[in-house]
Amino acid sequence: MNATIYIGSGTCGLGAGAARTEAVIRRFVREHNLTVEIVPVGCVGLCSSEPIIDVKMVGKSRISFERVTEDNVIALLEPLLLHEQLPDSHILGQYRDRRCEHWVNVPYLDQHPFFARQKRIVLQNCGVINPEDIHDYFDKGGYKTLKKVLREKAPDEVCEIVLQSGLRGRGGGGFPTGAKWEMMLAKTDKEKYLVCNADEGDPGAFMDRAVIEGDPHRMLEGMAIAAFATGATKGFVYIRAEYPLATLRLAKAIVQAEAAGALGKNIFGTGFNFDIVIRKGAGAYVCGEETALMSSIEGLRGMPYPRPPFPVEKGIFGKPTVINNVETFANVPDILAHGAEWFSTIGTDKSKGTKVFALSGKVKYTGLVEIPMGTSVREIIYDIGGGTPNGKEFKAVQMGGPSGGCVNKENLDIQVDYDSLLSIGAMMGSGGMVVMDEDTCMVDIAKFFMSFITRESCGKCTPCREGTRQLLHMLEVITSLPCTDSEEEQVYRHSLLEKMERLCRVIKDASLCGLGAAAPNSALSTLRWFRQEYEEHITEFHCRAGVCPLDNKLPQVNNASDSSESPNEPSGNDSDTSE
Amino acid sequence: MNKSLSEIFNSYPNPSPDLLIPLLQDIQEMEGYLPHDILKEVSRFLNVPMSSIYGVATFYNQFRLHPPGKYHIQVCRGTACHVYGSTDLMGILLQELDINVGQTTSDGLFSLEIVSCIGVCGLAPILTINGEVYPKVTAENILQILSDLRSKANNK
Repeated sequence: MNATIYIGSGTCGLGAGAARTEAVIRRFVREHNLTVEIVPVGCVGLCSSEPIIDVKMVGKSRISFERVTEDNVIALLEPLLLHEQLPDSHILGQYRDRRCEHWVNVPYLDQHPFFARQKRIVLQNCGVINPEDIHDYFDKGGYKTLKKVLREKAPDEVCEIVLQSGLRGRGGGGFPTGAKWEMMLAKTDKEKYLVCNADEGDPGAFMDRAVIEGDPHRMLEGMAIAAFATGATKGFVYIRAEYPLATLRLAKAIVQAEAAGALGKNIFGTGFNFDIVIRKGAGAYVCGEETALMSSIEGLRGMPYPRPPFPVEKGIFGKPTVINNVETFANVPDILAHGAEWFSTIGTDKSKGTKVFALSGKVKYTGLVEIPMGTSVREIIYDIGGGTPNGKEFKAVQMGGPSGGCVNKENLDIQVDYDSLLSIGAMMGSGGMVVMDEDTCMVDIAKFFMSFITRESCGKCTPCREGTRQLLHMLEVITSLPCTDSEEEQVYRHSLLEKMERLCRVIKDASLCGLGAAAPNSALSTLRWFRQEYEEHITEFHCRAGVCPLDNKLPQVNNASDSSESPNEPSGNDSDTSE
Repeated sequence: MNKSLSEIFNSYPNPSPDLLIPLLQDIQEMEGYLPHDILKEVSRFLNVPMSSIYGVATFYNQFRLHPPGKYHIQVCRGTACHVYGSTDLMGILLQELDINVGQTTSDGLFSLEIVSCIGVCGLAPILTINGEVYPKVTAENILQILSDLRSKANNK
């Protein structure tokens, strides 16, 4: 009997134990002398069901199993591989495949509530193909678009198609991609650079990791098309050091693409040359900011500098440079294959296409969700994510990481697109979505992000370096009991919200780069939607989530030493290390 | 100059200052940290002053100037991990190991580091030990993990 077993081997799958499961499968296959091929794939997106194993028996459609650990894998596989009988549990669903016989009484994977409402463009191959074998990508039509573009289109035509499609940068800023490319094309410099920003620094965002781990060639093809459209001579992928598996798979993909003539010299015999170099980040959040990223590629401290001149004018080593995000590039092959009109029918008026979100936190199904722009936050959390687990009440969803803000219950019906989210003080950012329930304290969340920002501020400009530190201090005061019950301290405590708001505005207006300008967002947005929680902390010494060490106590002198030892409450200058 | 260092240098045929970060990454992978003597050689090789090298090495979170422990623990402090209580895990580790973040225990067994997000948010809270991901860590099993590693080290 012949079968192929696909093992979800993204970082999430491996974290859940996929490698141990694989070892057991290999032993089983050997012991029973089965002719079974074992193929590693990326994450299909449903991280909470990892490890996910797919089995494709000859002539039958591919079927997906969830939570396949080393303990239960034999019980699941034995009846299937030896007797073609399905187990009665752990089945996630089967793939639709017209060429194969379907399993009876097994739901389709695309009917699973998590997948049913998604529209997969960027993620279409993730978890399906082997990311370490370029032939799997070829089988899905990979690099055909690049070949066609190189032979049939002129660079300005490609720019025009991308502009017409309405594609905007998926890294958070939302600048029209086609417009950026046209500016670069107009530059006549001999050397021009293309950068893929894969420095996904937002805590809670992992879509770039998943795309590179699951389908690296899609991004490379997008980059090659972009290079042709802009006249770039050399490409850099700036990828996070925290993503070793993604870096490894990307490096393999580049070597294979070069060998297949899809990258490097004289691509597909058209005379077009384009090389891609990997540059690993070194763990600095600020390097997601484009000028800081360029400093880092030049071998310097990753500090931003004022714009203009914009990178398209003067970028890496003073040469014109275009910087796009992983997801932006991953959209490009499909736009060129199906046309600008096809893409612009998806999404809303001003935000076209789909957006990938990394859904995590207090939600039943965690993982990657790709939906057309305009879907409501409620649909993502309840219909796709299955709502909050354990019957707890939903409180907020944090979007866009440290630069973003929170969406509260009353705003759940807001559409997901660039402008709607900004209107309520949240932002799309790179697409992290962390769901919080009643056990989360929103003041503590503001403090968490502020402590992150103080740690990651590069220190170059004063508003960001000193301002965020003061904000953090204020949040620490709010979340802990006063040292004494002196009137002076009470007055200070009661003036804090007003002081915070003023300081937030100063930091926003006066900071040099995007990190500083967005740094107060978490404080501002929690202040806006959860002001009552702040007031409870200040006046009633009460934390309704029970996270902050307040406990309704009236301030007493001897409480000071108790609370400063709590792990929840870093004291003074140690905050950046003990938090 | 030891052999592996010259191998690293040889893999960069056209030394230029922009190669500093990749070089430091290679060296840290080889040595586990950035030894002062090797940084001096890097300074000569790339023609970059020591002050700039230290400027870069101390700016980025990834680089260490002291050797890590046998088991290098990285605690993820991403948002999802925070929501699932990684602050408490951090507190337990700080107490149990009796070191600060960025330090190594006196027996050289454990070192502790914070990383901003490993991107495995679906399995929060997460920590990694020598690169291996430990998903859904609880206050109870973190102590078990530590004692397992301790006895593993003693048996060797």
